[in-house]
Amino acid sequence: MNINEKNIKMWSTIGARATLGIAALELAKQIDNLIVLTCDVSTSAGLDRFRKTYPEKYLDLGIAEQNMIGVAAGLASENFNVITTTFAPFQTMRCCEQIKVNLGYMKQKVCMVGIASGLSLGTLGYTHCCIEDVGILRSIPEITIISPADSLETVKALEAAVKLKNSSYIRLTGASNNPIVYAKDYEFKIGKSITLKEGKDITIFCSGAMVHHSLEAAKILESKNVSSRVINMHTIKPIDKLAIEEACNTNLIVSVEEHNIAGGLGGAIAEHKSTLKKSPKQLFLGIKDAYSKGGSYKFLREKHRLTSEKIVEDIFLNLK
Amino acid sequence: MQSEDQKKLENIKKFSLEIRKNILEMAVSAGASSAHFGGALSITEITATLFAHQMKIDKKNPKWEERDRFILSKGHACLAYYAALCEVGYISKEELSTFEKNDTNLLGHPVINRNLGIDFSNGSLGMGLSLGIGVALAAKRKKKNFSVYVILGDGECNEGSVWEGAMAAPNFMLDNLYVVIDRNNFQQTGSNKEIMSVGNLKDKWLSFGWHAVELDGHNIKELYDFFNNSKNIDKPKAIIANTIKGKGFTFSENNNDWHHSVLSKSFYEKAKKELLNK
Repeated sequence: MNINEKNIKMWSTIGARATLGIAALELAKQIDNLIVLTCDVSTSAGLDRFRKTYPEKYLDLGIAEQNMIGVAAGLASENFNVITTTFAPFQTMRCCEQIKVNLGYMKQKVCMVGIASGLSLGTLGYTHCCIEDVGILRSIPEITIISPADSLETVKALEAAVKLKNSSYIRLTGASNNPIVYAKDYEFKIGKSITLKEGKDITIFCSGAMVHHSLEAAKILESKNVSSRVINMHTIKPIDKLAIEEACNTNLIVSVEEHNIAGGLGGAIAEHKSTLKKSPKQLFLGIKDAYSKGGSYKFLREKHRLTSEKIVEDIFLNLK
Repeated sequence: MQSEDQKKLENIKKFSLEIRKNILEMAVSAGASSAHFGGALSITEITATLFAHQMKIDKKNPKWEERDRFILSKGHACLAYYAALCEVGYISKEELSTFEKNDTNLLGHPVINRNLGIDFSNGSLGMGLSLGIGVALAAKRKKKNFSVYVILGDGECNEGSVWEGAMAAPNFMLDNLYVVIDRNNFQQTGSNKEIMSVGNLKDKWLSFGWHAVELDGHNIKELYDFFNNSKNIDKPKAIIANTIKGKGFTFSENNNDWHHSVLSKSFYEKAKKELLNK
């Protein structure tokens, strides 16, 4: 991929979903046996150009996600490098058992991309939002879970995931005009978190669209004399244990995720943290295990206290 | 002198008999952990016709790339599958005796093991057809000449995902895909009629765009003729194979108690005698 300032800006403007289509076009040039499967969402996943450019590397299974995962596994068993994509709830839950049996148990390698995960489709209701995908997939062995922070990281995650031996799930959050976290190229390694800001008082672990908001929160905290370390935990499984251990030298660990607080990033951190002899308290910021009324993405982030200001407020409540 | 066809039919018949023998041995060695007896016996002739005649395989190399692929979507019928793989020579008799034992390669549902000729893991119903579509598509896209055979149960056709696959295959014009539906009229806890009738399966598959036929799934000649004569049909093919659950032994035929049960020594001896008389 041609990673330069102009492209990074463009990808940010079009959002992670449309960037996925561009990244897939590039990958198709490099990977002979690549094939992309969708379920009647080619335009939503930014794959319209891909469909027209590489018809032999594209398959639309219609509105049938269970069949898509089975077909993907069949193709993978014949050494195709398969990417599947549809809206996150359908990509993960409608075909959950197919994922378990074919990708987990049978270890057929497929890279799944869940588009519009989190709350970005809030006006369409919680059928189309997805606050459960990480929790559900985290319990299936053999699946790597990545939640990219911005459009550039979406590109990097996809590039890395197609090279993996095992299956993966890339969780796309955020809308178009996705804030830029990474303004220039950087090293992305699955399973290795990235410290975006150093700090000594608290550690904020975040992923997906919450990385930007956490960085903004950290700026506010800094102005109020709280020094916070911000870590982009782009890979939720396998979790970066070392980063969690290092965070134990700060006074509070905060997890920020656009996901249910049950089963998500916070849970993954807590599972490791609880094995350590000495660790600080953890504050779980995310959706508090309930389906709220719907509304715009911005409205729902406010409602679930996932804006920089609300993150700061909640941190202060827990600092004492 | 026998004609070529008669020789082949004889061979399939012998293969079926060996499958039944192996099924008995595995079922009795499974002991108290039970075995899915009835549904394995109903697919015995189907499995034999495929492995002894129809499928392109290399007896020396289970991983031969040009081989036809076999997917036992009704994975609980794996006794027949393992028995066939033993007859082909991929699984030893000794290995067969590990069926359902701790740490075995041969669990009560197939687990992928390509050294043993087990191409896929199955067991959760309704998933095999989709896998088969993926494999058949792969053959087309790689310009390979192999075919894919998927065995479904009639009870399995209760699963909605079967029909997602049924809808997709004709759309992709997969003339290298065969589905055999073991129409034994029973499912775990009763007859299809009592639990969930699947209606007229032939009409259903036809209406989804398949070439569909109905035949006697224990009649080797009918199976043999169908496979021999269907090669040039440019559609995915569905065979509704009318079968008898528990076929081959008087005590188990059409007796759904033998869906999953313990084969006691006395039934084992009785069954062996019945086989000897065939």
